[in-house]
Amino acid sequence: MTVDTQEKKIIEDPGIDQGAAKLTPEKIAQVINTTLGTENLARLYAYTKTCVHCGLCSDACHYFLSHDRDPKYSPVGKIKNTLWPMIKNKGKVSVEFMKEAARIAHTECNLCRRCVQYCPFGIDTAFMISTVRRIVHKLALTPQYIQDTAHSHAATMNQMWVKEDEWIDALMWQEDEARDEFPDFRIPLDKEGSDVYYSVIGPEPKFRTQLIYQAAAIFHEAGVDFTMPSGTGWDNSDMCMFTGDFEMMGRLKRDHYESAMKLKVNKIVMGECGHAYRSVYDMGNRWLGWREMPVPIIHSIQYFYELLMAGKIKVASTIDKLATFHDPCNTVRGMGLHEMGRAVAKAFVPNMVEMYPNREHNYCCAAGGGVINCGPPHKMTRVHGNKIKAEQLKATGAELIVAPCHNCHGGLEDIVHHYKLDMEIKFLGDIIYEHMVKTKAVEE
Amino acid sequence: MQPATAWDWSPGKKDIWDLSKHSREAQWHEELYASPDGEKTASIAKYGDEGFGICVNGQAQERLFEKIWNLRFAPDGRLTAIVQEEMDWSVLVDDEVWPEEYAFVWGVQFSQTGGTIAASIQQDGEYGMVVNGEAWPTLYQNANNFVLAKDGSATAAVVQVKNIPQADIWTYKEGCFSVAIDGNAWDTSFMNCWTPVFDAEAKRVACQVRHTLYDYSIVVDGQAWSSTFPSVWDPCFNPATGAVAAPVRMAGKWGMAQDNELIWDAKFFNCWNQQFSADGKNLWAIVAPKFGRWTLAVNGQVWGKTFGTMVTDMTVAPDGKHAAAVGKEGDKYAIIANDTIWVGWYDMVWKPVFSSDSHNVAAKVKRAGDRYTVVINGQVHNEDFDQCWDPVFSPEGTKVMLRVVKDGKYSRIVIPVPSSHH
Amino acid sequence: MSMHTLYNLVTGPLAWAAFAIFIGGMLAKFIYLTYLAKKKDPTVFAYLSTKHVIRSWFMWSVPFVAKNWRLRPLFTVVTFAFHISLLAAPIFLMAHVMMWSEGVLGISFWTLPDQVADWMTVIVIVCCVYFAVRRMIVPEAKYVTDIKDFLMLILVALPFITGFLAYHQIGDYKVMIILHIVSGEVWLAMIPFTWLGHMILGPMVRGYMGSEFGAVRHVKDW
Ligand code: HEM
Ligand code: HEM
Ligand code: SF4
Ligand code: SF4
Repeated sequence: MTVDTQEKKIIEDPGIDQGAAKLTPEKIAQVINTTLGTENLARLYAYTKTCVHCGLCSDACHYFLSHDRDPKYSPVGKIKNTLWPMIKNKGKVSVEFMKEAARIAHTECNLCRRCVQYCPFGIDTAFMISTVRRIVHKLALTPQYIQDTAHSHAATMNQMWVKEDEWIDALMWQEDEARDEFPDFRIPLDKEGSDVYYSVIGPEPKFRTQLIYQAAAIFHEAGVDFTMPSGTGWDNSDMCMFTGDFEMMGRLKRDHYESAMKLKVNKIVMGECGHAYRSVYDMGNRWLGWREMPVPIIHSIQYFYELLMAGKIKVASTIDKLATFHDPCNTVRGMGLHEMGRAVAKAFVPNMVEMYPNREHNYCCAAGGGVINCGPPHKMTRVHGNKIKAEQLKATGAELIVAPCHNCHGGLEDIVHHYKLDMEIKFLGDIIYEHMVKTKAVEE
Repeated sequence: MQPATAWDWSPGKKDIWDLSKHSREAQWHEELYASPDGEKTASIAKYGDEGFGICVNGQAQERLFEKIWNLRFAPDGRLTAIVQEEMDWSVLVDDEVWPEEYAFVWGVQFSQTGGTIAASIQQDGEYGMVVNGEAWPTLYQNANNFVLAKDGSATAAVVQVKNIPQADIWTYKEGCFSVAIDGNAWDTSFMNCWTPVFDAEAKRVACQVRHTLYDYSIVVDGQAWSSTFPSVWDPCFNPATGAVAAPVRMAGKWGMAQDNELIWDAKFFNCWNQQFSADGKNLWAIVAPKFGRWTLAVNGQVWGKTFGTMVTDMTVAPDGKHAAAVGKEGDKYAIIANDTIWVGWYDMVWKPVFSSDSHNVAAKVKRAGDRYTVVINGQVHNEDFDQCWDPVFSPEGTKVMLRVVKDGKYSRIVIPVPSSHH
Repeated sequence: MSMHTLYNLVTGPLAWAAFAIFIGGMLAKFIYLTYLAKKKDPTVFAYLSTKHVIRSWFMWSVPFVAKNWRLRPLFTVVTFAFHISLLAAPIFLMAHVMMWSEGVLGISFWTLPDQVADWMTVIVIVCCVYFAVRRMIVPEAKYVTDIKDFLMLILVALPFITGFLAYHQIGDYKVMIILHIVSGEVWLAMIPFTWLGHMILGPMVRGYMGSEFGAVRHVKDW
């Protein structure tokens, strides 16, 4: 299948289009020059000056591979079409150019950092695309849906416009539900001095309360001393990081960490989310001046692994389907959790096949980096842009994909659906909850 | 509860109750809370299908609710909790439930002395606050950042004054948020407002705002500073002069501005949690002079000792000349007071507490094996406990009360303050 | 100007200038980037980890270790042969070392047998041709290549071509040797001002990325 490259031209995004209507070339030049002239200068300088234009990074990018090696979609090709002219022309680029740059930076790159591993110099194309998004943000050209999410973050400190009572209510509701299964079940709110502070992403209380139920059930069964906050800070997600609104990113991460610090917990365990991990572990903390995590951050993959190894959760039954493991970029290229993820999955799904490439070299789901958050107008961009993923999945012959990341679920679901793959997608939490030994549950 | 001067300050240990002796068997007991005077503990108990109750010193209270949460002692010793009856929520204060009920109640706050109790409420999808049982006259389509003035005489919150249709990023940018004081919103609205604070008299309010996606500023009583910044943090009032100070970001670094003027150069990697001394003469803050190095600064003067992981829980002494905080290096915590890091690293340290004469500092700490104790003036108490609450100084500052659990008993221990090192 | 004075000029002041520009330019690049990082990008230094810098350098310096080297065996052989020859031939060439030892430095070091150096010269030239052809036919390379990149390849090859011609006494030796020296000097002097500066910036970027991946993200960067 070849993707008609003309087709993408007609994608309209009111965020980009209406923002562009207010732009002047002077404003563009001023914003580009101040951004490129002051922020993260060293890395930007090193990356742009070092690049020998060899194109070796191309094979890393799923967009490139999915569009039959169309060089427009190669990492360096995207830099050529965004950052290079801005630098070369000292910011004098047209409004049309900026619209195109906004579209490329927001919908044709997942900031997955795979290309970083393929460039012989380790040039960070994702970082440069982020810089383009930062410029796009400052020019108010950000796509509508992700901008709305960023707005929600700013107004409510969560991604989904969840109001303060709705959050607590969602937790109490799940607690109540779970008591039918585990009579002594609790989701302790604001319990100072707990071992674990459990944080989730905005969509969980809104649409996916089952995930909160499951995680809490696993903790309950494992005897984990955990708590969740009743106030803001509970949402570890961060679309502002992806729109280049780094000031808001800092504000969100401050709220998150401070809410854990206030509760005097030993660590934060976060749900199965990739980008949130990047935000708390890699990006947000730095903006705030924290070199290390003020409170250690443990991703669910690692935490489940630890619970399993310590014998705190035990396998009651296994799934006999043939399964494969999808490595989320932000937990492998972001933290090297690939072996732990496999170990947990294998314990419950013994029959696993690898997709190729895998582990830290796995292809991105094409939903990450805020691309899925750009909403319906751009859905086909990422679905067409990840044909390679469909092929990779298909080749495994598996019926089940284990994917410990929210974005990956969204992305993979669309791919599975579009390419008619007939595969089921599960979180580690889904599997563990379903198949662990439940000593504290009522007898059925 | 009696005033602190009338509490039992005779040295020694007093066992209050045996934790195994409950007047009524419960399915479970939730976390214990100790009263400020140390004479009582309270916890939420679940009595099977009958619901939830409160248990004080092992005595089950008769009244049961569908749900109880957020059990806390007010500073004046009154016991409060958020309770649900017939699906509606209210606040329980000692034995009485506030007469009005709401669709949801959360975020209970106390004034400094505990005389005023406030909470956040939602009723019919509208948001606001309730103060001593009385709700704001106007509620809003959304509200957050709720505050109660220290003296309890006023409340404020960030409120949404304009509807934002779904994914309407343009209406949002017009400015849909404002601050409501006792339910009355300013006539100005902003793209975002955060962290309103009151001045000492609870007459004026300052908050952070964002005018556009990139221009942040400080607003005082609805009036914005003329300068804007790439970012700002929570403002605070000088209790003596009424000036407003707030950390501001400039060219990637943080400084401190006061009434629209820079008073500390923007040279910090972070600068926040600033606080004026009671006399208004000293301004303290947590700062990061280098990337990944944290300490305190007073009037822009940075302390010499720093921590690599973080500094938090800054406490300014009543005299305003001393301060203490919790620092973390790697995964261990320590106490820093007056630019000296106390000997001893812990698994956790709670916010330090000063005696009223400002000469003594104490803090609760956690050591290996989840053992708790307190450190007073740099000296670790010679006994550790299964559980313990923040130490409490006697009013004249010569004794410390420890509220602890050990060997299945809740006890209250009064000890003399060990002499300080300096 | 006689051939002799021209020769003196290019081996004297011009040579000095070329080396000064090369060394000074590279040092300046190193210092500038270090300064920029310290001033404008302070997290860079905070996360540098010597162990991971060295690990990353090593992993990428050995052919066929990095995934991307394994994916493209021909290119890998070419680029390694190219870079090794490019560095070894001029440095260890007998004719060059003689000038060092007889001239300014008065030092003498190990030299390559002339035949080997000659072959290495050929390798460099052939590799440059390979790179140029690749840039013309491989779409992802072609897409980001412009005329300057070709000029760069010519520039890189020129001293090798002229050196080869001089060594084999093809053409007018005297003219050739002067052409060789001039092209070598331009070669040196251009390094700091073009993407040839990757000679110094490349290892810096690699080291930084190796640290981020190794020490922070606990994952391989190869
Ligand atoms: C700057 C002053 C330079 C001088 C005075 C110089 C001089 C010479 C001389 C005298 C020869 C020997 C020719 C023969 O055997 O008759 C030679 C060969 C050679 N030079 Fe240079 N050279 C210079 C710069 C360079 C540079 C910068 C490079 C490489 C980048 C270079 C690469 C070579 C090579 C590869 C050969 C050997 C060719 C072969 O054996 O096939 N030279 N050079
Ligand atoms: C000593 C440190 C050096 C290192 C670590 C280094 C490394 C690299 C790497 C990693 C590449 C990327 C693509 C590839 O492998 O071809 C490259 C390309 C290249 N290097 Fe170097 N290099 C060094 C010195 C030089 C020097 C001194 C020159 C010439 C002046 C040079 C000329 C080239 C050229 C022309 C290319 C581009 C090849 C193409 O067209 O694709 N390199 N180098
Ligand atoms: S999507 Fe991934 S591989 Fe492609 S350019 Fe972006 S960061 Fe690089
Ligand atoms: S980013 Fe790296 S791999 Fe890609 S063209 Fe530039 S130097 Fe080559």
